[in-house]
Amino acid sequence: MIHFVLLISRQGKVRLTKWYSPYSQKERTKVIRELGGEILSRGPKLCNFVDWRGLKVVYKRYASLYFCMCIDQDDNELEVLEIIHHFVEILDRYFGSVCELDLIFNFHKAYYILDELLLAGELQESSKKTIARLIAAQDSLVETAKEQASSISNIIAQATK
Amino acid sequence: MSGPSLMDSLFQRSLEDIIKGLRQQLIGEQAFISKALDEIRKEIKSTDLSTKSTALLKLSYLSNLHFHDMSFAAFPALEVLSSPRFSHKKIAYHAISFSFHDSTPVLLLITNHLRKDLNSTNEFEVSLSLQCLSRIANVDLARDLTPEVFTLLSSNKLYVRKRAVAVVLRVFEKYPDSVRVCFKRLVENLENSDPQILSSVVGVFSELACKDPRSYLPLAPEFYKILVDSKSNWISIKVLKIFSKLAPLEPRLAKRVVEPVCDLLRNTGAKSLLFECIRTVVTSLSEYESAVRLAVGKVREFLMDDDPNLKYLGLQALRIVAEKHLWAVSENKEVVIKSLSDADPNIKIESLRLVMAMVSEHNVSEISRVLVNYALKSDPVFCNEILGSILSTCSRNLYEIIVDFDWYVSLLGEMSRIPHCQMGEEIENQLIDIGLRVKDVRPELVRVARYLLIDPALLGNSFLHSVLSAAAWASGEYVEFSRNPLELMEALLQPRTSLLPPSIRGIYIQSAFKVLVFCLHTCFVRGGSIVPSASLNNLPAGVSASASYESFDEFSVENGADVTVVHGQTRASAPITKESIVNLLNLVELALGPLLGSHDVEVQERARNLLGIVDLTKPEVLNSSVQEKDDSEGKGVETSQIIKLMHDAFSKELGPVSLSAQGKVSLPDGLVLKENLGDLEMICGDIEPPSSNSFSFGSPYEEKDGLSFSNLQIKEDSEQSNESTSLLAEHRKRHGLYYLPSGKSELISNDYPPANDPTLQCDINDNDDNLVKITAESLVPKRKPNHGKPRPVVVKLNEVDEKPVAMKQPESRDGSLSGAVRDVLFGREDIPPTSSQSNLSNKPSSKRKGKEKQHTDPHLESKENVIDDGNSSSRRKDRSHGKERRHRSPRKKNFEERKDTDQKEKEKSRRHHGRHKSRQRAEEPLKVTAQTPVIPDFLL
Repeated sequence: MIHFVLLISRQGKVRLTKWYSPYSQKERTKVIRELGGEILSRGPKLCNFVDWRGLKVVYKRYASLYFCMCIDQDDNELEVLEIIHHFVEILDRYFGSVCELDLIFNFHKAYYILDELLLAGELQESSKKTIARLIAAQDSLVETAKEQASSISNIIAQATK
Repeated sequence: MSGPSLMDSLFQRSLEDIIKGLRQQLIGEQAFISKALDEIRKEIKSTDLSTKSTALLKLSYLSNLHFHDMSFAAFPALEVLSSPRFSHKKIAYHAISFSFHDSTPVLLLITNHLRKDLNSTNEFEVSLSLQCLSRIANVDLARDLTPEVFTLLSSNKLYVRKRAVAVVLRVFEKYPDSVRVCFKRLVENLENSDPQILSSVVGVFSELACKDPRSYLPLAPEFYKILVDSKSNWISIKVLKIFSKLAPLEPRLAKRVVEPVCDLLRNTGAKSLLFECIRTVVTSLSEYESAVRLAVGKVREFLMDDDPNLKYLGLQALRIVAEKHLWAVSENKEVVIKSLSDADPNIKIESLRLVMAMVSEHNVSEISRVLVNYALKSDPVFCNEILGSILSTCSRNLYEIIVDFDWYVSLLGEMSRIPHCQMGEEIENQLIDIGLRVKDVRPELVRVARYLLIDPALLGNSFLHSVLSAAAWASGEYVEFSRNPLELMEALLQPRTSLLPPSIRGIYIQSAFKVLVFCLHTCFVRGGSIVPSASLNNLPAGVSASASYESFDEFSVENGADVTVVHGQTRASAPITKESIVNLLNLVELALGPLLGSHDVEVQERARNLLGIVDLTKPEVLNSSVQEKDDSEGKGVETSQIIKLMHDAFSKELGPVSLSAQGKVSLPDGLVLKENLGDLEMICGDIEPPSSNSFSFGSPYEEKDGLSFSNLQIKEDSEQSNESTSLLAEHRKRHGLYYLPSGKSELISNDYPPANDPTLQCDINDNDDNLVKITAESLVPKRKPNHGKPRPVVVKLNEVDEKPVAMKQPESRDGSLSGAVRDVLFGREDIPPTSSQSNLSNKPSSKRKGKEKQHTDPHLESKENVIDDGNSSSRRKDRSHGKERRHRSPRKKNFEERKDTDQKEKEKSRRHHGRHKSRQRAEEPLKVTAQTPVIPDFLL
């Protein structure tokens, strides 16, 4: 299974973290520090796998972002690389040629997409189209809710309650 | 406590504002964040859910990416969760699944929220809730929500169902009893036609099977069907993973599976699937030669590929193959060796491991040569990686693969001179270890040691200090093999030794002591003339040494002169003359004089010892150079006597002693170890210890000559001699065997165990009975078949071989979960088993062990199949009945389960015969409860 997903920028800034195994906040920072250092220092033409504390970390760089996933020893590294690529393609499709800024400003949306893709550390949905549809459906749910919420009458109703 | 005002709500900063602000960094990141956090703390108390949820979103952003604590928001998050709006829920679920953990206090309160959303008609809400459950589930949550998850497992919304399937894994982990409820439905989903659901289920089973494969053997037919039918690579990969766990457990299954796996291997275009096939074959189907050939062929393609990933994985696969099929590695030798110089450290290490896997006694020297050359030109990290793996491979199993120890010792010397070498301690251990264990190598060892010692440049490298200490020790201990002891002495006393840490310096001085004694001994006792008798030179050391000791033990007391005859092993080529001895003594005085004031006790004391003997002998050396030897009868004899004693004390060999040797010594009669030492005087006075019970490490000679020894001591430290020392000496004289002989104990400053020479023990027929017994028991010399040159004997201890075996006890993990799964799949007996098995009744683990034994039972194979089938189905029946009885869950579920059991029986087996029999048996249930359900013959 996938233990966690990290997105780290080339400068070492964390752009997304998702934990499927229990890690305390302290451990999380430590993991990121350790892995960030190790992965960012690797050259461009090396293999995409790093052994780490008895687990394996599969990473791939897209533009300025490193997508890292940590898996068990006997998981399939190539499969995880495909999952990463899959994720990137979905992001790309959703944001329209995605860049780091998109992920910075739509940080929660990246999470929602990831949640559709992975659940409990396993791949959930392998069809890009389906994910796009699901996300769109949820977005529209959110939008309608937002419209209601931000209408003036609603605010006044809230305030005068 | 005031919540935010209307204005605050209206002008609340959104997440985007925060992000923008952070990026602009007008006031610095930390300051900005703490300001934002203050706002959030205020906003999160708002009664307005929108304000609250926005605050929560901002907080989870800061917590996610800037790692700020958000535990204070646990309760507000729950409040947001209760909002009817989907957008709020989403934010809340995200925050909760990120921040909640088992000890979050409000965890109990979330159960109802989750349950409500699990029952929601909005599939997205259900999904959110499931997701959250998968992340934060603890025992209570898992238990309380099991019914909901169970219902969702057969939801007609595929989206929900597949998510429920994935979450079930986490529920099982936390609350194994849920298996009884949900497992049947989970298995049903294996037959679902929808690939997404199938993928989910297979994913769950592949995780489950990793932990305890045996429980899932009965499902093999279903998995097999999926493997054959699957169109999706994702699913195939996971099914293969399951089979790679199951196949080793059941040979018939492996036989069945190997064909489809090979088909996949041949036909698939996807590298990930291809790799999974390869891995399945090499890990689990390695008995099938053709399959392995095919897989290795594909591995070769990987190795040839430019993609470093494939190369790395190819090497990894090769490493797995190497355990059973070494030919696969040899076939790809060039690629592997070439990868040693790859740019990628991971690939380099992987290929290094492979190279080490190829090492055998025939090629160890060539491979080591190649590797040392690589080590010379690679970066420090990898260099030490190489050296470490050479060291560990060569020393494996007591130097099993080393035939030519001379070569190995010189390799060790060479390795320690590699500039980046940091393996000093390991080299040190091996040098000493080999010196102790392998007699034939000692001359070479001394040569290598000399080579290391005389190079002043090495003293500056702190990583090498431990190697140098080993070299110093070896050259002192085995000085009789040295060509030129005088040169050794100079090396040991060279000025740059001041760079060494005191502990190692102590070893240097002690070695110098030994060398000096040796020189004096050759010079005096043998009348200054060295007879390099060729016949004795190359004697197998064991023979000559033991001969010498034997004769020595017998004759030393009566006639000291006899002893010297036998000590002709020296190969010294530089003659030791009186003159050189005088020079030597001067050198010692010069070098060690300043150390008398050393702050390190070890160094100081040893220097003092050494100078003591110099003081003692110097006058006589000077004397005898003037007069003839015969004239100096009075004092000269005494001095040479002392030198002889010292020399003999040193030339007694050290050998490895097994750790438990001490334990095997039976307590001598009357020796009370545990009582207050105050009574010691009395006890000792009472008992005249029988000498046959001696267990001291000292040679018997020291007991006999205790008097002279104590005399010697008194003389050496004449200025300090006072009453207490003489008392002590007196005591030592009487009860010498309770003392460690001082000559010995001085010499051991490294923590090497004081030891006895094993071969010596065999032919000593004096009073060291116990010791002989011990060592005879614990030392098993092992000979290897000859390869042109005979391999020298390597002394072994039994324990060394036994220990690793004893330690490898497989541990059963995850008992409760797999136990539950077994219950569902196999059923379980309820009544206490019959008397013969009663000892197993309460221990699932031991029960399982018994079960495994039966599973691996070879009978399963052929004739008994028919009987097995009958039995197993009947057992199955028994179990399901038993289970129903004890099950407390709603009747509906029971009913369903029973239906499931029946269904499964139908679909699963061609073992209809025996069915009616089983029904009969069910009437009088559990009389025959066998502990171990036998796996049905599902695939044949």
